[in-house]
Amino acid sequence: MTVRVEAEPFDLALELATFGQGAGAIVTFTGLVRDLPEGGLVYMEVEHYPAMTTQALEAIEAEARTRWPLSDCLIIHRFGRLVPGAQIMMVATAAPHRQAAFQAAEFLMDYLKSRAPFWKKEVTASGENWVESAIKDEDALKRW
Amino acid sequence: MTLDLVYFAWVRERIGLPKERVDTAAVTVSGLIDQLREREDRYALAFSDLDAIRVAVDQTLVELDAPLEGVREVAFFPPMTGG
Repeated sequence: MTVRVEAEPFDLALELATFGQGAGAIVTFTGLVRDLPEGGLVYMEVEHYPAMTTQALEAIEAEARTRWPLSDCLIIHRFGRLVPGAQIMMVATAAPHRQAAFQAAEFLMDYLKSRAPFWKKEVTASGENWVESAIKDEDALKRW
Repeated sequence: MTLDLVYFAWVRERIGLPKERVDTAAVTVSGLIDQLREREDRYALAFSDLDAIRVAVDQTLVELDAPLEGVREVAFFPPMTGG
């Protein structure tokens, strides 16, 4: 069970090499910096609340572990200046069967979206824009 | 009571500070917001739409009516956009 908040890129293959050994199912999700629909994103600045971020992620992970029989769980979230195509974050879940691993990964993602203290700013040649939270992201929590 | 205030994202940009220390007699978070709004226009602007403000006291998310007794740090920020 690991939570990491860091500026550096992560290596998915390396992270998974020792993850969830002995589990029957492993699910991974990786989030990437998406360019704007019209293009032109120079970079995304990911800000966070250092004193709170790790404990917020650990609380989300602990909640997931009360709901599904996870044998392993990994959350990595980056911060700082990230260019289009860069990896922003990943979650991995390991469980005896796939349903628990899939559901737990979706649960982690839904809570990360609106309960972990990160904020994203899109920077283009013409200006800056803070990404607004989506109502669908808040609604997504209701299914859990 | 002396509190450490921390601001993130556009709340930080509108107020123009990442953090500051304030003395307050406010009993709740919303009382503290009222006090800040009266200080200067930049605070009034930052707190003009409370539906867009989220609060953490001592690094735990709370509602706007949360009490301040025993609290050391209050953080104000927009809705989070992780993931």
